[in-house]
Amino acid sequence: MATSPYALRDMPRPQITAREVTRERGGWASWITTTDHKRIGILYLVTTFIFFVLGGVEALLLRVQLGTPDNTFLDPEVYNQLFTMHGTTMVFLFVIPIMAGFANYVIPLMIGARDMAFPRINAWSYWMLLFGGIVLYASLFFTPPEAGWTSYPPLSSKAYSFSNGIDAWIVALHIVGLSSILGAINFIATIHNMRAPGMGWSRLPLFGWTILTYSFLIVIATPALTAALAMLLIDRNFGGTFFDPTQGGSALLWQHAFWFYSHPAVYIMALPAFGIVSEVLPVFARKPIFGYKAIAASTVAIAFLGMLVWAHHMFASPLSTVVLAFFMLSSFLIAVPTGVKIINWVATLWRGTIHLKTPLYFAAGLIGVFTIGGVSGIFLAIFPINWQLHDTYFVVAHLHYVLFGGSVFGIFAGIYYWFPKMTGRMLSEGLGKLSFWLILIGFNLTFLIQHSLGLSGMPRRIYEYPDDQGWEVYNLISTVGSFVLALGVLVTIVNVARSVKRGTIAGPDPWKANTLEWFTASPPPPHNFDVTPHVRSVEPMKDIRNQVSKLTESQPEPVPERSQVEA
Amino acid sequence: MGDRIAPALGTPSASTRRRLLAAVLLAALGGLLLAPAALADALTPESGAGSRNADEIDSLYKLVLIIAFLVIAAVEITLVAFLIRYRYRKGRVAAQIRGNTNLEIAWTSGAALILVFLTVFTFIKLPAIKDPERSGAGGLRAGGQLYASVDQPDPPAGQRLNVEVTGQQYVWRYVYPNNAFAYDTMVVPVNTTVTLDVKAQDVVHSWWIPKLGGKVDATPGYTNKTWFKIDRAGVYQGQCAELCGRNHANMLARVRAVPVQEYEAWVARQKKDIDAANKGAAAQRESQAAGEQQPAGTASEPRTP
Repeated sequence: MATSPYALRDMPRPQITAREVTRERGGWASWITTTDHKRIGILYLVTTFIFFVLGGVEALLLRVQLGTPDNTFLDPEVYNQLFTMHGTTMVFLFVIPIMAGFANYVIPLMIGARDMAFPRINAWSYWMLLFGGIVLYASLFFTPPEAGWTSYPPLSSKAYSFSNGIDAWIVALHIVGLSSILGAINFIATIHNMRAPGMGWSRLPLFGWTILTYSFLIVIATPALTAALAMLLIDRNFGGTFFDPTQGGSALLWQHAFWFYSHPAVYIMALPAFGIVSEVLPVFARKPIFGYKAIAASTVAIAFLGMLVWAHHMFASPLSTVVLAFFMLSSFLIAVPTGVKIINWVATLWRGTIHLKTPLYFAAGLIGVFTIGGVSGIFLAIFPINWQLHDTYFVVAHLHYVLFGGSVFGIFAGIYYWFPKMTGRMLSEGLGKLSFWLILIGFNLTFLIQHSLGLSGMPRRIYEYPDDQGWEVYNLISTVGSFVLALGVLVTIVNVARSVKRGTIAGPDPWKANTLEWFTASPPPPHNFDVTPHVRSVEPMKDIRNQVSKLTESQPEPVPERSQVEA
Repeated sequence: MGDRIAPALGTPSASTRRRLLAAVLLAALGGLLLAPAALADALTPESGAGSRNADEIDSLYKLVLIIAFLVIAAVEITLVAFLIRYRYRKGRVAAQIRGNTNLEIAWTSGAALILVFLTVFTFIKLPAIKDPERSGAGGLRAGGQLYASVDQPDPPAGQRLNVEVTGQQYVWRYVYPNNAFAYDTMVVPVNTTVTLDVKAQDVVHSWWIPKLGGKVDATPGYTNKTWFKIDRAGVYQGQCAELCGRNHANMLARVRAVPVQEYEAWVARQKKDIDAANKGAAAQRESQAAGEQQPAGTASEPRTP
């Protein structure tokens, strides 16, 4: 050894002369070339939120058309295009990728990692999403697709949808699907390999569990959609007959392949939101999550069962009773882990000290609203009842209670919860709560009444209805509600726009949270952590706070092991 | 690490909000308790004065509805009660409970038990919904040939009227056993079990008359089955339930139930008219072919079933 300790001591210390400190490059070029998971996360979040607004405007146009009977505001062609774009946008360009946005930003921080496992693939995933979205929306300039977001053939075949809109839809979904598969592989690799020392599987934050499950679902289910899309593309353009019954193809094949992906997609959309709720509730109740293992296990159980229920979307198609019964029972089974989650969340609030902040409002809102969506799912799972309710507004109500109630409320909870971490500034509580109440009231006004519409016989996807069916009052209520809901979303947009520059400074840990993303500055430096955090429990940040307060001998946090609340 | 969570509670605005919330909840609860009677129609599927399968679906639905109300009410009330009861107040300390295995097993089994009950009840109800009923005493005396369907058994004694229902953009076509056909409105005899073979000619449609039972998809390449039996004369409205193109909203379906004799007269007249029209068309084609050497079969071909 040339350099013994003695030699080192005697040698002059190396001097580092900084001639200049290169500032981190700013401007738009830095956003295009970035491979930083935090910046990519923000790109995802902003892009998907723009798609959310586009999808929302489409929904408002649909609701205006349905506000009065025999309305001529939209013609049937435009109406069909709008609901196709609305469904496709909300599912593929908003809810699924915004979860990747949150995960991108939060997961490496939460598990104490420097970045994602594959930063360049991560950037590519984002750009593919944007390009996919552009491909879909470019169809606005010729003819948008108009066969619904489910695009059942033969309606979506060349013979009945001659325009190129369906082809744009197919290509867009191919690109977006590849984006989400790449993203999912990245999350799996990151969560498996890059957890901080000490973070065993039983200490992975529940949001991490849901993102891991989300990623496995994407990797397993998306290829079925990709295959179906490829077949449809071949049918439409290269003389294939996969779905053409007159040439030996099967129209049902599409439905099976489509729902084999699109039912798991419901859980792809909902599980990460459940993860957000599982993070938010314990922080604001100042109490550990009730039954960490049960919630993590139920996440995995929901995902597994979620791949066995697809044909409950096809109860009216020619299937034998045995098949119907199987899918009814598998759909019932999935209600059990879902119910476990809901009860565990409510039990987390039990005997806590609940700080009623906006993220908690939205998380509690998710529990309240999603419960209705879950229970209405039981009606639909019973196939004889489904025969009455299938393809009516009851289903529209149900799916919005699940996807808006179960996902979007969680997304808003996530926005209010993590905004301080991302920007270093707090969102306004007043505007946040105003937004929450408008969204909650508007949402229920819009969709609760749609159950009744479906029960009194109004099918989905009709651009007009007569005035002799007793549907007009229900529809008017629903339309008014949708504008209240939109106003609520607008308030949050205003809130974000104001707070980005003018919000109060948040500091690293404004919520006294439990997970590691709060261990670093807000916003975090490019390298995330100055020291590698060591994890000793499922709530590492609580441990760190306790350690710090012990060291500084200041007031210890009132977190006794014994419970001294009234019996 | 400053505690940013200011104890904003207990301020006047919060307590008014709480009172408001309580009022809203009370109103909602009262509404829920009083509503079922007044809003029975808004809360249940279409049924009554139609076919038995619709009525049976309705009664199955009502049982689920009661359980659903109880479950939703239990969750929502507990949720809101906890949010109010366990709000942060000075001096309060959260109980550090991490779970309770026995409790968790209990509610998991509880949820499963409800579902087992629903499963059993569904299968008890299923035959009454799925299997065609026996035709009434005064029903049509048509035998109808027996044949095995995928799943739907034939009505007892095989006595029924079988109608082939074909969806096409944007109209329904009904073909009767004697090859008479009609569009838009299906005329059927009362008191007779009517079985339907539901097919599609172009894209996927869905046959649905709410008061006559659930919907069945008309998928090209497949034959789907359903049935109904109407006891009283009347008109039943419905419409296509699966997106089938731009005019999907106007693909209406109507069933008109008439006394048996009236039905028999109608179907015979329909048959006669169609035969006459076919003969006329054939004659015209012949004369055209003879006169102008045009290829035959181009004029009125699509109208024949």
